Amino acid sequence: MHTDTIIVVPTWVLLAYLVSGVCFILALRGLSSPETSRRGNLTGMIGMAVAIGTTLAVHEIASLPEIIGAMVVGGGIGLVTARKIQMTAMPQLVAAFHSLVGMAAVLVGASAYLNPEAFGIAVRITPIASPTIISILPVSRIELGLGVAIGAITFSGSVIAFLKLNGNMSGKPILLPLRHVLNLGTLVGILGLIAYFTQDQSPWVFATVTALSFAIGFLLIIPIGGADMPVVISMLNSYSGWAAAAMGFTLHNTAMVITGALVGSSGAILSYIMCRAMNRSFISVISGGFGAVASSGEAAAIDRPYKRGSAEDAAFLMKQAEQVIIVPGYGMAVAQAQHAVREMADLLKKEGVRVKYAIHPVAGRMPGHMNVLLAEANVPYDEVFELEDVNSEFAQTDVAYVIGANDVTNPAAKTDKSSPIYGMPVLDVEKARTCLFVKRSMGGVGYAGIDNELFYRDNTMMLLGDAKKMTEEIVKALG
Amino acid sequence: MDFISILSIFVLACFVGYFVVWSVTPALHTPLMSVTNAISSVIVVGALIAAATAGNASSKWLGLAAVALASVNIFGGFAVTQRMLSMYRKRDR
Repeated sequence: MHTDTIIVVPTWVLLAYLVSGVCFILALRGLSSPETSRRGNLTGMIGMAVAIGTTLAVHEIASLPEIIGAMVVGGGIGLVTARKIQMTAMPQLVAAFHSLVGMAAVLVGASAYLNPEAFGIAVRITPIASPTIISILPVSRIELGLGVAIGAITFSGSVIAFLKLNGNMSGKPILLPLRHVLNLGTLVGILGLIAYFTQDQSPWVFATVTALSFAIGFLLIIPIGGADMPVVISMLNSYSGWAAAAMGFTLHNTAMVITGALVGSSGAILSYIMCRAMNRSFISVISGGFGAVASSGEAAAIDRPYKRGSAEDAAFLMKQAEQVIIVPGYGMAVAQAQHAVREMADLLKKEGVRVKYAIHPVAGRMPGHMNVLLAEANVPYDEVFELEDVNSEFAQTDVAYVIGANDVTNPAAKTDKSSPIYGMPVLDVEKARTCLFVKRSMGGVGYAGIDNELFYRDNTMMLLGDAKKMTEEIVKALG
Repeated sequence: MDFISILSIFVLACFVGYFVVWSVTPALHTPLMSVTNAISSVIVVGALIAAATAGNASSKWLGLAAVALASVNIFGGFAVTQRMLSMYRKRDR
């Protein structure tokens, strides 16, 4: 004998959630160009307001003051952080935000487990001569288990990614012995327990699934090195979406399902783009260990002859040029040189030089990071080009100005099969008539720990010094 | 709503996501991440249901905690996206 809990959801509520889902689609659609993006973001806010308003309107609220309090505290922290955060620190911020989505999913899952009737996912069963049992529907148990598992993985994985990106933890991969066996075992354990959860809804099953998922998130990210972090945060972006979608399945909420699917595919596509830009397979990134051993093969090449130039030489060369392409990397942002670079570009434009910027997809620490940093320095976005759009132009360019980038310009990626970055798409800066390469000293190597053939080419002039100081000196020499 | 209807919505939304995200210009991939972050906090809907329901205290407090976390993301995510997008300018001619 059992009675189903039937929750009748009014049609207008279903429509409202659909509207908010459509708003989110439009928000992403707006990002197809900078002009439409701001309106898109506003549409996204409207979608969120509709979802929250609908939920509050349709449920009997027993604790409005507490809810408003929680939103004010959380929202306040969010707004202050959003205003204060430095653009160089965006990757950490995004990782931190992912961890919050993951944790929220775990908490929602836990409260749905504790009070399933409120979510309409349980039936009351009254066996003869025993007290009533509230039994969670089998389908809902699977959805709940998966939602909590993905949420927990997102949380602990993002916390590790945050610590690595923020420098609280070394970017070096941490390789545990037998880690693949350990990880696979834990994953199988989680899935097995979720299956068992359909038979037995005891608290220990739910708690163990959650605990194991926290552990696997941690184990999955610690072996991944700093160079692969752009893939990792894209991947965690994807997970946070799947977590929201799984919760949407549990709660039968279309807004959550649509959003989860959008965010999930978005993160997956970004991971794919990042992997392609580094010529790595997703599996090899996930299994980790890249950057653990610096290749020793070319370390002996330090003494090779190279041409060194001064800021005045650089200024002279660029002033004579018809076209200059600036190739910025994360090093430019670290040195806070982006404003000086823009000043230099302005002066060159006054001299009648065409100036363009060329961005490699993995320049910076997350997808599109370099574009934001340039935009912050007031570089117009229509002067900034992606690798595939600008690469053919280097051959007709007089000067390539490489600042803070290294591996993404290494010609060895095209020719040297033994190089760890062989096959990675690179910017063809060596095809420019002159390549000016700003670098602190000849000793250091790039992120991937390898020497760059480019330094010793005839048409390369090394500008040794701090990226910001060197650019400022060029500005002085131009002015 | 039954499982199959939700699954249909989910699968179709994945396809929509696939095509919409490929149309995003690479220059805006960072704002894309921060805005997807903000919208995935629509999970706040579940948190609100938990927090609003009387009867189970621990469920309510877990819900309230989730509301607070999701709110950080909603307000922070949209605000930081807006801040970034307002920096993108065209050449002034």
